[in-house]
Amino acid sequence: MSDEYINNKMEAKSADSSSGGYAPPADYIPAKESQDQELYHAKSFWTRWVFCQDAKVIGVQYALTATAIGMIGLILSWGMRLQLGFPETFSFLGPATYYQSVTMHGMIMVIYLLTALFLGGFGNYLIPLMVGARDMVFPYVNMVSYWMFLVAVLVLLASFFVPGGPTGAGWTLYPPQAIMPGTPGSEMGIVLMLVSLALFVIGFTMGGLNYVITVLQSRTRGMTLMRMPLSVWGIFTATVLALLAFPALFVAAIMMTLDNLLGTSFFMPEIFSMGEKLKYGGGSPILFQHLFWFFGHPEVYIVALPAFGIVSDIISVHARKNIFGYRMMVWAIVIIGALSFIVWAHHMYVSGMNPWFGFFFATTTLIIAIPTAIKVYNWVLTLWRGNIHLTIPMLFALGFIVTFVNGGITGLFLGNVIIDVPLSDTYFVVAHFHMVMGIAPIMVVFAAIYHWYPLITGRHLNQVLGKIHFWVSFVGAYAIYFPMHYLGFIGVPRRYFEMYDSPYMTSAVGLNQFITIAALIVGFTQFLFLYNIFTSWYKGEKSERNPWKANSLEWHTPDYPPTHGNFGKELPVVYRWPYDFSVPGSNKEYIPQHVAPSEVPGAKVEKT
Amino acid sequence: MSEKELNIFKLLSQKPWEPSQAAIDNEHDGKTLASSKVKLGVRTIMVVSTVIFSLFVVSYSDRMLVHDWVALSEPGLLWINTLILIFTSFVFHKTKILSDKNEFEKVKNYLLLVGFLTFVFITGQLLVWQYYVNIGQYASTNPANAFFYLLTALHGLHLLGGSFFWGRATTKLFNKNFKVLKIKQAIELCAIYWHFLLIVWLVLFGLMVIT
Repeated sequence: MSDEYINNKMEAKSADSSSGGYAPPADYIPAKESQDQELYHAKSFWTRWVFCQDAKVIGVQYALTATAIGMIGLILSWGMRLQLGFPETFSFLGPATYYQSVTMHGMIMVIYLLTALFLGGFGNYLIPLMVGARDMVFPYVNMVSYWMFLVAVLVLLASFFVPGGPTGAGWTLYPPQAIMPGTPGSEMGIVLMLVSLALFVIGFTMGGLNYVITVLQSRTRGMTLMRMPLSVWGIFTATVLALLAFPALFVAAIMMTLDNLLGTSFFMPEIFSMGEKLKYGGGSPILFQHLFWFFGHPEVYIVALPAFGIVSDIISVHARKNIFGYRMMVWAIVIIGALSFIVWAHHMYVSGMNPWFGFFFATTTLIIAIPTAIKVYNWVLTLWRGNIHLTIPMLFALGFIVTFVNGGITGLFLGNVIIDVPLSDTYFVVAHFHMVMGIAPIMVVFAAIYHWYPLITGRHLNQVLGKIHFWVSFVGAYAIYFPMHYLGFIGVPRRYFEMYDSPYMTSAVGLNQFITIAALIVGFTQFLFLYNIFTSWYKGEKSERNPWKANSLEWHTPDYPPTHGNFGKELPVVYRWPYDFSVPGSNKEYIPQHVAPSEVPGAKVEKT
Repeated sequence: MSEKELNIFKLLSQKPWEPSQAAIDNEHDGKTLASSKVKLGVRTIMVVSTVIFSLFVVSYSDRMLVHDWVALSEPGLLWINTLILIFTSFVFHKTKILSDKNEFEKVKNYLLLVGFLTFVFITGQLLVWQYYVNIGQYASTNPANAFFYLLTALHGLHLLGGSFFWGRATTKLFNKNFKVLKIKQAIELCAIYWHFLLIVWLVLFGLMVIT
């Protein structure tokens, strides 16, 4: 065990009092003394930056890998949009390429970008710093988790280069078509996809183990669960959901791999192909759908809950006001998490299930709207009479609220069986889920990057590029997805490679071209953002310590940016929640979490 | 398990702004559960595994209702394997008791016995596979077979994963200067994991026998 962090507060205190007559304040509480954390101290370049066990570096590794694969997902979406806006114009786009782009775009964005970025990236970076821990509880397992993720990403990338290309079965990978000839990538592509998912799940479980146990057991003194920043609550609850939901994906992936490779019939029904009866029979494709969506719906909240948490913190800091209804926010996160496990079949209204079943799932789906609406009201009430600073993180956070409300309201429509049936499989659905779990969380990702970039690098991102990035992304997202709602209403089906000259397509042609051009512009702006990230790393304006004047512990480390071990000789002691902004009676504008009550006499404690 | 804050409703209805609660909160040492982090790690793994196996059981129950399901007849060897696994768990329990009493010389032998029995169990399972292959019952022959191969394989892989940690504990113990507390904890956790896998096997085997 390293002796670098031995707690000698008591000695230090007695030394102080003998030399300067310093008396400890009346509410003095010694720092946490039990040091059960053994940290591995990196000695070489390799162990410091590559095979690193420091959660902060692992977080950055996760974020960079996720961003890299996410850029591929972005370019794939361009391919789709070019085909939809200008069919028969580009020779490199055939039906197979189109379906492969759709599939890989969906899978990459949902799992390899958003899940990895929120939990692997922000989870690793923020959890230990925010709860006052030196590192995750199992740093070695944490490192292995990242390398499993990287292998999963590489296997996914490898599927682009195998004969037949990557799978084109749609991101839901429904059998039997996913493994039947005629679907692009039904040879090796689908196998690599399933293997990659299984590896991702295993890698994630290792990481998730760390996030959950660190939050539960490794907090610093005074950091009760109800004093944690909402970011940690969001990431924690999402991780619990992921640990319980990803097994369903794992199980489905294994059984489908066996159906494909060994010829078992878990999911494969009796099939006649080219006049011949195949060896399959009796399997249930609906079973796969149940397994997939038992994972797939919690997955929506695995992405959304960290976004909820992070945006709450950002809104509070940049509006200089405490978060409205902290306890209610925590309840809402927990309730949404619990409910998310009993709504999955609303993705399957048209799969031919019993109408009463649909009735049940419609009801649970609509109930989720209650805690979600509470959260939205609380964000708005936090802004109400706040001292709003329109910084770039705040702009993105406001963009999130608007977009999330928009996508959430279309969700109320789709949650009802009767309204869903005609809208099912149209562009209305595409518009809905992109708004609610594409644009909304990615707005939070951007807000979080602009917010914590100074902490990670010690420099600010370029403000002008940032403003351009925000306005083009925000307005552009609406230019892309608002027209899609209309396309859905007039009945344009999703997943179609080309509409040829269907009668109702006349009004859609111009819209599709407009959407495509908007998508190209928005996509290009994301590369501008990447340019900003990489150049600001060494050229950006130097940031002073705690530039946003935030209260949570990550901004109050002895070294700025925080170094290995996060905190100096002693862990901080926490006396308050992280939202003490503009406290009545206090002589300070904001009171960090580790400031003792005796240092801020007169500050009122606010009900939460 | 003795949790400090077992009740999530109680936790969520705390009033941190009350001075009395704030005083308690300031002294809070940051641990939610009175359990070591390694133990919680093993528990979490067991929860995730339970979810995985439960989903398989659900899939099994759903799939067996289709008319093409032909139940597999279990050979006697499978019953012997089950007895071996029960015996292994029993021995591991004994090992844990001995390690609590600091009788590490005996623990060494018992740990080796556990390893041997686990090896015998896995070999036995492979022999059952060989038996089925010889009588022409392949994975693709019938969904019941497919589930049998899949579930035994997954259970075996879990056991092999546990054996890795069993191996680490055993090599540490044979090292002259081992840390007593760490060894005790490792043995306890391995024993819990073995009992867990025994229960998983009994559920899976029971399901396969009654259907």
